[in-house]
This record gives sequence, structure tokens and C-alpha cells, in this order.
Amino acid sequence: MSLDAHLVVRRPGFTLDLTLTAEPGEVVALLGPNGAGKTTALRALAGLEKTGGHVTLDGQRLDDAPPEHRRIGVVFQDYLLFPHLSALENVAFGPRCRGVAKAEARTAALDWLTRVGLAEHARKKPRQLSGGQAQRVALARALATEPRLLLLDEPLAALDARTRVDTRAHLRTRLAAHPGATVLVTHDPLDAMMLADRLVIVEDGAVVQVGDAAAITSRPRTDYVARLVGLNLYRGVAHGHSVRVADDFDLTTRDPQEGDVFVAFPPSAVALYRERPAGSPRNTWPAEVAAIARHGDSLRIELTGPVPVAADVTPAAAVELGLAPGGRIWASVKASEAHSYTA
Amino acid sequence: MLAALRLSLLTATLATAVCLVLGVPLAWVLARSELPALRFVRALVTVPLVLPPVVGGVALLLVFGRRGLLGSWLDDTFGVSLPFTTAGVVLAEAFVAMPFLIISVEGALRAADARYEEAAATLGAGRWTAFRRVTLPLIAPGVAAGAVLCWARALGEFGATITFAGNFPGRTQTMPLAVYLALEQDIDAAIVLSLVLLVVSVVILAALRDRWLTT
Repeated sequence: MSLDAHLVVRRPGFTLDLTLTAEPGEVVALLGPNGAGKTTALRALAGLEKTGGHVTLDGQRLDDAPPEHRRIGVVFQDYLLFPHLSALENVAFGPRCRGVAKAEARTAALDWLTRVGLAEHARKKPRQLSGGQAQRVALARALATEPRLLLLDEPLAALDARTRVDTRAHLRTRLAAHPGATVLVTHDPLDAMMLADRLVIVEDGAVVQVGDAAAITSRPRTDYVARLVGLNLYRGVAHGHSVRVADDFDLTTRDPQEGDVFVAFPPSAVALYRERPAGSPRNTWPAEVAAIARHGDSLRIELTGPVPVAADVTPAAAVELGLAPGGRIWASVKASEAHSYTA
Repeated sequence: MLAALRLSLLTATLATAVCLVLGVPLAWVLARSELPALRFVRALVTVPLVLPPVVGGVALLLVFGRRGLLGSWLDDTFGVSLPFTTAGVVLAEAFVAMPFLIISVEGALRAADARYEEAAATLGAGRWTAFRRVTLPLIAPGVAAGAVLCWARALGEFGATITFAGNFPGRTQTMPLAVYLALEQDIDAAIVLSLVLLVVSVVILAALRDRWLTT
């Protein structure tokens, strides 16, 4: 039950053009900022949006098939549980539409509700369910049709932080048990990394990076991804260990490279000094403090200078350095912490 | 008098049924489709709201009269003639009352989230199944409110009815027609009849209002 799709949707001022594949049992996350076209891509897969290109599922072309004939299950962002039907009737709706007898459909629906741990809520109407419960009913409703492909649109976005953790773990188990391919859309890198086997980063309607969580977090290729995974990222031209990332400004990296490269290092690798540090001439430059924000237990300092850079320091260090917006400072990165990779 | 009341209740109910059968699908098309031609259809459907009912009756005569556009065809093919029959009363009432139903149902459809229909489609429901099992239950209050207004308008219909169906006791003489006739002969009877019609209307609207219009 593998998916192979090339989606092309044109709107005034926006074009979505991306290819997407998913193997049976694989969970692929479309990750990107709001407005990148992730939901449009999902709707195009489901047949709710006209698309150029092609959608192929198990070798079968679905381009012209209406949504009701695609056998693609969708969990919508706000679930869209039918408000006039009970949880059980919602889940039984799909099997009923596929011609399953009423009693049989209800038995199957109860079975699905049991699997998502909601058997005792079967008679409740959607408005009587909590957000997390509604999410599970929506998942059960989509799975009850035994879809060849499961689509989830921001499955956890509507939940509060506490429910989110539980629901994410539950969703992970359920997705692992789903034999078909799954495509989920999210703007939360944590959801994507926890739930998906493979990440597809989408920006402005196009794929900018594909890989598993480890590859994406260690080697971001756009500023958006770098911000998501919390790395400083620069693009430049390498000559040996030296990479020119701005006019008259070179960074020294761990590994020698040639040509177009990215240089990445975490904010924790940036050390700040009040005076120019002695004995480390490389990767040291004067900078100005632009902003200070709390970041976990430390403070994240945004610096401007020859290149913008984020640095993490402890509150104590910040006090000692007398950091304040507009203040002058020296920044330094060890070459061993700055790694480079081909652009 | 009882015959007129019974005829009024019967024809108003039948006219409402006709409006439901024709009006709900039409309202769905008006609410969901974006064809430019629908502006014209919408205007046509709502024109009885502003048209003097007598003019509506004349229009019906031109179309469904024995020598009318459709009427002559109906007469030749099926031997059916609508003017001056009980069926004619139902047609006249349905014509005048239809906009009340369509406007109410179209409003309910526009307020209802069309994405529920999309959700139903992804679960394997065709258009008709999605409409019957998802959309219709969601807009039920709007349909009921529209049907009540439609029924009340049909019950009070006078101008189109007397023009198109005439005033034959037991066959086309509805309550409003009986009231009008009584007014010329026996003013007290006319007042009594008017009160009866008023009470019937108010009682039914009040009873239904609590159930439908407030939700």
C-alpha cells in the first residue's frame, strides 16, 4: 500500500508543487510553517482539492477518483465529528457507507472504540467528549474504513499541553499498528519527530529537505529548519577548513570541505567574552546584543555583527558579562563545534 | 365553514410538502454551487415574495392554464387541468410560500460547515448519502423553521388562490376566501372566521416555535 504522489495546486500568489512517497507502514510527516501548503497537499491527496500531477496508491492512479472512492482516511484538524451522531455512530458511518450491515458496522465500531480506549464513551455525542477523546474517536472513525492511506492534519494542534503528551503517545502506538502508509501534517517539530519515520520539510509549497529526525536535526538546510531544531546555520563557500559566510568573514570548521557548504553549530557552542579573548584568533568576532530571551534554564542571546548568531548563556554568566540590548561583546565558537556539510 | 377550514389545513400541508420536496434540493444547489446562472434562479425563486399574489395567480394561469405554456401540454398529454381544482390551490399556495422555505433552508445550509460533507466523503459517502445522513440532520432546525413559515404563508394565501383556482366551496374555497365572501354577506361571521384562522395560526406557530425556532 505504497503512495507515490506529485501534487500541483495553483492559487493566486501561491503554487504548491511537491512530490511525496510513503511505503506501507511508514509514517511520513509534512513539517513546515503555517501557510506552506501542507494542508492543501493533504486535501489534494484526499481528493478534496483539484490537483495536477498524479496520485498513485498501490500502483493505481487516483487522480480523477472522487474522495468517496479513494479509500483514504482523514483525521481533520478539528476532527469534524458529526455532532448529531454518537461516538459509536460516527465510527460506524464509514463501514455503513461501504455497505456493511448495520449490526455488523456497530460491532466493528465498538471494536475500534475499544482499541482507542473509549468503549465506555460509545453513546456520547461529540460535544460531550473532551478534546483528547474527540481526537481518538476521529482516529477510530478514519481507521474503521480500513484506509489504504491515512492522513492526519495537525492531529495534536487542538489539544492542551497535558492532553497532548498522552495523546501523542497513544497516536504513536496506533500509527505503528496501522498497516497502510500514513501522512501527517504538523508545524510542531516535536510531534513530527516523535510520530514520523521520515520528515518532509515544506516551505512555500515546495519540499526543501527530506530525511529522518537525526539527519534533519544535525544537518538543517534552511533557516526555518535551523530555527526549528535550534541551530545557527550559515551558507558559504568552503576552502579547506575555512568557510566564507559573509563579506570578509570566515568561519573555521571541524572538517575540510570545498565549494558550497552549510555551517551549523548550536547556540550552546557560542562563548561570550567582555574583552577580546587571548590566544584564540579564529572564530572570534565582535558583536552587539540585539535581544535577550529566556530559553529553558538559560538565556538565549541574539547577536548582530558580521553574521547574526544566537548564543545560550546561564543567567549568572549574563549578569557577570553585563549583557543588555545594545551592549558590545565578543563572541567565539570552537572550530570543533562548527560542522560543515555540502549544500 | 368547517369544510373551508379542513380544505385550508389540507392544502397548506400539501403545499408545504411540495415545497419541501422541491425546495430543499434547490436550496442546496443555491447554497453549494457557484454557477453564475444561479443568481438568476435565486431571483426567480424569491420573486413571489415581492410580487402581488394576484399577479402570481395570473402568471400561474398563463403557464398552467388550459391554453397556457405547460397547461395545454398537460391537458393534451395527460388530460390534467390544474386551474380551478384543489390541486390548483396547492400549486398556488406552494408558488407563493416556496421562498419562505428556500430562504430559511439556504441560510441554514450556508451556516452549516460544508466540511462535514467532505468528512463524510472521505468515509466513503456519496453526495446523496452525505446529504441525507449528515447535512440534512445538521440543518433540520432550519428546514423545520422554513416549513412552518411556509405552511403559515400557505394557510393565509388569498390572491394567487382566488385568481388561479377560483372560489368553489368544498373544492377551492379555503378559509381566507370564505372570510372574504362572508365579509360581503355577514360581517359577524367574517369576524368569527378570522378569529378562528388567527387562533389556529398562533397556536400552531407557538407550539412549533418552542421546539424548533429557538434552537
